[in-house]
This record gives sequence, C-alpha cells and structure tokens, in this order.
Amino acid sequence: MSLSSSLSNLSTETSPMAQATTAPYRVRRWTPRAKITVLLFAVAVAALALAPAVTGAAFMDRAVALFVYILLAVTWNALAGYAGQVSVGQQGFFGLGAYVTIRLSDAGLPVFPSLVVAALVVGAIALPVSFVMLRLREGEFAIGMWVLATLFHLLVNLDPLIQGETGVSLIALNAVPAETRNLVIYLMALVSAVAVISAMFLLLRSRIGAALQAIRDDEAAAHSVGVNVVRTKQVIFVFAAFGAALAGALWLAGNVSFQPKAYFSVQWMAYTIFMVIVGGIGTFEGAILGAVVFFLLETFLGGYGVWYLLVLGASAIVMALGFPQGIWGYLSSRHGLSLVMVGRHLEAPETEKSGKGSGWSADG
Amino acid sequence: MTEGAQAAPPILSVSGLGKSFGAVHALSEVSFDLRAGEAVGIVGPNGAGKSTFLAALTGAFAPSTGTIWLDGADVTGTPAEIMCRRGVVRTHQIPRPFGGLTVFENARLAASFGGPENGDADALAYGALKLCRMLPLANTQADRLGLLDRKRLEMARALATSPRVILLDEVGGGLTDAEAEVLVEIIREIRASGCAIVWIEHIVHVLLQVSERLICMDMGRIIADGDPQAVMRDPAVMEAYLGQGVT
Repeated sequence: MSLSSSLSNLSTETSPMAQATTAPYRVRRWTPRAKITVLLFAVAVAALALAPAVTGAAFMDRAVALFVYILLAVTWNALAGYAGQVSVGQQGFFGLGAYVTIRLSDAGLPVFPSLVVAALVVGAIALPVSFVMLRLREGEFAIGMWVLATLFHLLVNLDPLIQGETGVSLIALNAVPAETRNLVIYLMALVSAVAVISAMFLLLRSRIGAALQAIRDDEAAAHSVGVNVVRTKQVIFVFAAFGAALAGALWLAGNVSFQPKAYFSVQWMAYTIFMVIVGGIGTFEGAILGAVVFFLLETFLGGYGVWYLLVLGASAIVMALGFPQGIWGYLSSRHGLSLVMVGRHLEAPETEKSGKGSGWSADG
Repeated sequence: MTEGAQAAPPILSVSGLGKSFGAVHALSEVSFDLRAGEAVGIVGPNGAGKSTFLAALTGAFAPSTGTIWLDGADVTGTPAEIMCRRGVVRTHQIPRPFGGLTVFENARLAASFGGPENGDADALAYGALKLCRMLPLANTQADRLGLLDRKRLEMARALATSPRVILLDEVGGGLTDAEAEVLVEIIREIRASGCAIVWIEHIVHVLLQVSERLICMDMGRIIADGDPQAVMRDPAVMEAYLGQGVT
C-alpha cells in the first residue's frame, strides 16, 4: 500500500455511507458574495461599454487614463504583491509598448491592431529578459529592473525614427476621424482592463496562484515541495511586462505623441506603487481600488499643481505608517471583508470545531 | 532490521558524500543506504551536519563530492523540486510555512506540485491534514500558527506530496509527553503505509520508539550506524556527546 493510496483512502474511509464515493469533505471556491461581485462586475463592464452612447469625448478620455492605471496596478500587484518580485522598472515595458506601437504602425500595420501586437511583442521580449533578471534577488532585482528600464530608454533614443527626446507622434491615428478614434481607444482600453483583471483572477485561482504566494512567502520551501520556482516567476514576469506594455501602448493612443523621457519615466512606477500600496498590496481587490483612488485624486486635485503632489505624498506617508496593509488589506483583516475568492476553503466535520488548537493534545 | 529489508535493494543510497562551505567541511565521506519502508533515526551533537545531510539528500544543494542514487539511478545534483516529485521530501528544522496561505492551501499546494502526476490534490491534502491531526486548523492562515503547529504543518505539507521517503528534521522538539505520544502514533502510521523515514531528533527515547536503526553523526561524519542500543553504547558516540577522552 503506497502512502498516496492510504492518504486518499483516509479521505473516504470515514464517509458515513460505507460504499459511497462522496468524500467527507468539500473544497469551497465560491462564496455567495463572490458570485454577486462577479455579477456586479459584469453589469459595470456592460454599463461602461454602453457609456459612450450618453457621454462625450472628455469622459472617454479620462476613462482611458483610469483603465491604464488599472492595467499598471493589477499587473504590478501580481509581480510584487503576489510573487514578491518588487520591480521598480515596469516603466521600461510601458515605454517599449509605446515605442513598438510606433514602429509597427510605421511599418504599415493598421494602427489599432498595432497596440495589441506591440504588447505581445514586448511580452515576447520579456521572456528571454526574465532569465537574466530573475537571477537577481530582492533589492538587486528592484534596482536591476530600474537599470533595465533606463537601458531600454537609451536604446530607443538611438532609433532615428524617434528623433531623440524630440519624440514622434503616432501619425496613423490622425487618419482616423476623431469620434471613431476616441470610441475605439476607449473600448480597447476597457476590454484590456477587463481582460487583465479576468486573467489575474483566473491565474490566482489556478494552482499557479498558490505557487506564486508560496514563492513570495518562502522560496526554498516552495522548491522543496515541488514548485518550479524559476518557471513560475517567469510566467508572472511576462504577464506583468505584457500588462505594462499594453498600458503604454494605450497611453500613446490616448496622447498621440511619444517622447521617450515621458514614457520611460520612473514616475510611472511611483504612481503604480502608490496605487497598490494605498489599495492593499497582495490583495486582488486592493490594486483595483488603489487605481480608482489615485484616479479620483488626480481628477479632482490634479489642477492644483504642487499641492496635488503634496497631498499624494502625504497620503502615501499616512498610509504607509498607519495602514501598511492598505485600504483593502485593512478592511479584510479587520472585518473579514472579501469580495472575490481566490483561495480554497475546506469544509469537513472536523474543521467545524472552530479551530481551538490542533487535534494533538485532545487525542493524546 | 528484518531480513526482508536486508535483501531489498536500497531506495536511496549515498556514497562518499561531502559538502564544504568555504573552509568548513559540513559533510565528509558520508555513505548511507536506505531501504524501502525503513525507519532510521539520526542523533548527534549540534553542528554535527545532520540537517545538512538531509538537505543534501533532497537536492537542496549540490554536494561537493560523492554520489546520490534514487532507485539505482544517479540523482546527484537533481534539484529539490524534482526530488520531491520523485518521492523524496523533507521538513525544515525551522518551519517554513507559506504564511499567506491557509493550512489547507499549504498542504494542497504541496500535493498539486510535489504529488503524483494525476493525483487528487484535495484528497491528498485532506488525508495529510487528517493524519497529522490538523483538520481543526485547516482554514487558519499559516502565519497565525504557533511554533508547534508550524512544525506539524511542515510534516503535513511534506506528507501531502505522498512521498516514498520522508526526512524529518526535529519535528518533536518542545512537545509534552502526551503530544510526543501522538507524534509517535502518526509516524507509525506513516511507516505502516510503506514510506521510509529518516528522522533527526534530540529526544532519543521518542526516536527509539519508531526507529529500528540509529545513526550518530559528529563533525560531518557518520560515526556509528546500526542497532539503536548498540549505537547508544558505542564509545565514539558517548565521546561525541559527553566529551570523554578529551586530550
């Protein structure tokens, strides 16, 4: 009798019905609240998809910014919050996403498909890059990513098409009537944000999601229970690079002009980190919430210039000192609040004893 | 050792195993055979190389010298994740839980990555938690566990991979007598399933309840190996522990 079969037997031998194949336990992956959340999310997405019928260009323009922030926050949270790989160089992929879009469009690819293809190209570039960068750890990785972003910036500046820091525009966009252009970019940004949020949800619920958190919590232990640490990190590294590149491509579509300095700027990282820390690092809901908070601050205070930045800085300090888990982390640890479910809850008669210690002293 | 065990080929075998960290020889010239289903205890003073030996067996690092065979195939330098999938797993002396996951998710992760290819990860995790008497804590986040429960989780997580060889590194430290009895019961159940056990423990009387063979290590070497009573009476072992004959 192997241990495997005896462990599996253990799970059925105590079944009340002797010959029944039903296990004495159930693994719950949904809560009623999670189902409602997914439903509300679908309704919100449908409403946003129909919104252009009743709103104007200004709304769509701002909404594209929100969707770009969500892309940045969700994918950086995946990399740093779930996998523990704290990069401060995602602006490198953000800038590359915009640059590759310009290159593809210049080569004759229709402008809207170029946005998505550019993100895929950058994702493909990120795979070989990951072999090198993931050898670095913690602080080295963080700084290394920043250096990498700077390197991308310098390389892009060498391209004569870009004309150095003068930059270049996504000229092909001018051929599209303004109304069509706004609508298509808005819808593409919406679909991108929804796709990345959904992909993140599915990824976290798959066994890779648990592996990522295991790597974050203890890499050596993850290794010793069979997790392929390098490959798992690569999956999330490429996912995050793709997300940042898609964000960069969409930002370019919304702003038309490409100046390398603006796209490869570390300010994108500062904003992204702000969003994720304030929202709640390592929580699924937190990254999205943080992007919305940042978006609202920017929308209502952005006109105040320096004061806006002071408010941003002050709120970051208050959050870091008072609520290091972020808004969502605070709510979920304090009030058990959770909208979606990415974990697995075991339901069995023995787990109902509401956990006063393990069964050791009792049995002994 | 029974005669049957003597006749069976070793499942895990090492010869001339050595590991140096700079000038420090953590392991030297270690040779060892483990037969399927065998239960071996390891004792030795602190710093004797016991944990390093277990780590080397699971592929946590590549040894400086020597060879490791699993089922007769050379597996020297095979990484830990592959060794785990092939049935050799260890627990860590200082528990290394995945703090952000629940107890059940910890075990399930191990089952789904380190367990059999087409195994039912939920069933394996449930079975391991049940065996280790951890079901009441199944939905507790691991970083909220106390030290003893973390040690139990180490064991449950390793068991969830349904190993053929389990290497236990001081899972019994700090237990009351009643708790130690439960631990012995659990380890007997693991043995009964046919899994071989190598167990490092300082509490020798607990160790002797399940080990049919005892190894004593000192200064990175195996200084005695065989019948537990004989090993405990061995002059070299007494010297390692009590420092007799210091020159």
